[in-house]
Amino acid sequence: MEVLLQQILNGLTLGGTYSLVALGLTLVYGILHVPNFAHGAFYMVGAFVSYQLMSALGLNYWVAMAGSALVVAVLAALAERLVFHPLRHHEGLHPMIAAIGLMLFLEAGAQALWGADFRRMSTPYEGIVNIFGATAPVQRLLIVAGAFSLMLALHLFLTRTTTGSSIMAMAQNREGASLMGIDATRVAMLTFGISGVLAAVAATLYSPIGLVFPAMGNLVITKAFVIIILGGMGSVPGAILGGLIIGFAEAFGAFYISTDYQDIVAFVLLVVILSLRPEGLFKQGAR
Amino acid sequence: MQMLEGRLGWALLFAAGLLFPFVTGNDYHLTVMTTAYIYIIATMGLNLITGYTGQFNLAHAGFMAVGAYTVGILTVDHQVPFWIAFVAAGVVTVALGVPLGWVSLRLKGHYFSIFTLCVGYIMYLVIEKWESLTHGTVGIIGIPAPSPIGPLEFESPMSLYYLVFVFLCIGMWVMRRVVNSLLGRTFMAIRNGDELAEALGINLARNKLVAFLISVLYAGWAGALYAGFVRFLGPDLAGAHHTFDMTMFMLIGGLGTLLGPLLGGILMPWLTQYMQFLQEYRFVVFGPLLILLVIFVPHGIVGSYLVRKARRASESESQAAAAPESGKAQETPRA
Repeated sequence: MEVLLQQILNGLTLGGTYSLVALGLTLVYGILHVPNFAHGAFYMVGAFVSYQLMSALGLNYWVAMAGSALVVAVLAALAERLVFHPLRHHEGLHPMIAAIGLMLFLEAGAQALWGADFRRMSTPYEGIVNIFGATAPVQRLLIVAGAFSLMLALHLFLTRTTTGSSIMAMAQNREGASLMGIDATRVAMLTFGISGVLAAVAATLYSPIGLVFPAMGNLVITKAFVIIILGGMGSVPGAILGGLIIGFAEAFGAFYISTDYQDIVAFVLLVVILSLRPEGLFKQGAR
Repeated sequence: MQMLEGRLGWALLFAAGLLFPFVTGNDYHLTVMTTAYIYIIATMGLNLITGYTGQFNLAHAGFMAVGAYTVGILTVDHQVPFWIAFVAAGVVTVALGVPLGWVSLRLKGHYFSIFTLCVGYIMYLVIEKWESLTHGTVGIIGIPAPSPIGPLEFESPMSLYYLVFVFLCIGMWVMRRVVNSLLGRTFMAIRNGDELAEALGINLARNKLVAFLISVLYAGWAGALYAGFVRFLGPDLAGAHHTFDMTMFMLIGGLGTLLGPLLGGILMPWLTQYMQFLQEYRFVVFGPLLILLVIFVPHGIVGSYLVRKARRASESESQAAAAPESGKAQETPRA
């Protein structure tokens, strides 16, 4: 029972983080139909900015998280403006290659600035609590709480505010939205900004139990892609559910099979599912 | 420029490649050029599936690693002669390409790319973790040089250069035959619009798979040459950044052009040589370069030249059409 609870907690921690990253990716895909390969680099930059703010300026964990969210949001909005906006009329390959270029640039930039070493982010919440006999580090509980409250906030923003609705409207029909007076350029930048915030918060939440290094985004982004393919590209509930599925699959896979192959679980799941159902788990119709 | 197209241009390029070792006389330059040729062979394969058929395969470096590891494992652990291992590398790569291609090509566009990115990552992780087969992170050390063919030995940098050069020429010749054949036109029809191609009676699944298999065969044999040339292999070879390097080569030269991979594949390594100090951080420069290229020169060097030529041809044609004496109705609509 304790073991089971432990794995459930691990699954929720991983799943929450993955869901946040996948949400940003799926929002951007919904608006621009670009698989943003640079999203993992945003995640990495978010971790490094938080690390820098905490270690160099001695800022509080939460202040650092807010600062990093702001920095990455601006970075992502700039990326939209400078890289994806000029390519908005190109189909297929070109925006994808541009996204790869951006990713390579950010990764090499981080390596030039901070070096390739692995770093550890400190957290003010190092304690351990007991719930029903299972031991739970406070940071893990914090990840779960933080991730799910941010998801709730995003859900409220997208459904209850005019700005949020304009994002949903543009995802549904770009031309229709423009005809209704929605500024497509502004909404695209805003969406990138939000995806940046989600990535930075996810990175700052998860880094204290992981490590911070320039290539840290690669695994996360590939898993986030797996998630949004499972959940349907552009679908918000799909990203959350997909994130949880992958999180639990990894947590239980690591425990029952081997931690060596933990990272492969997500990809094998993807290969198996897409081999059987090329249209994804939750999506109907062909692509 | 007209004269350089066609046979004469290829002959000049061939002569330049043949004479290169005598011009430099420097082993280091030979090594750089040989490595570039190996990557060009792999890039030609990527260009076939991406540039000609329109499917961006992000697992390409993984297939190159499969070819390289086949040679490494067979020659080092099982003492198989190099050339038998070389043939086996092609067989293994294609054998792996059949199921992977069959599954992944059922997905279209972005989905295919994302899926192959994941497949490439699995290949990398398997190579890294399956220590009993691949020696894990330690890598495979002491791969023998290609064994002599008759009187020809492949120990010196110059002989290796010519060996790889011969393979490059064969690869180029075969690729030229392929893209100029009906098969190549079929691939381009799929790239330009797969629904239209299907309506014309093209079997999408089969033709895409054929393009995919030829493409991974190039990657596999490039990897096999890499193993015989560098003689050391690590799991890093399967990393996605090698696919990104190749993408850059073909984008600079020109996507979907024969010369593109050659031009980009020679230009970039030499540029990198002059930016040695950047080695680790070369993507600080190349990342933005890739973006600028995609935005401003999306057709690459060769592609832009072809576009300009086509535009000039159509302009002169429309001028001729506008001239009064060629106003006969049945001759005008040619553009």
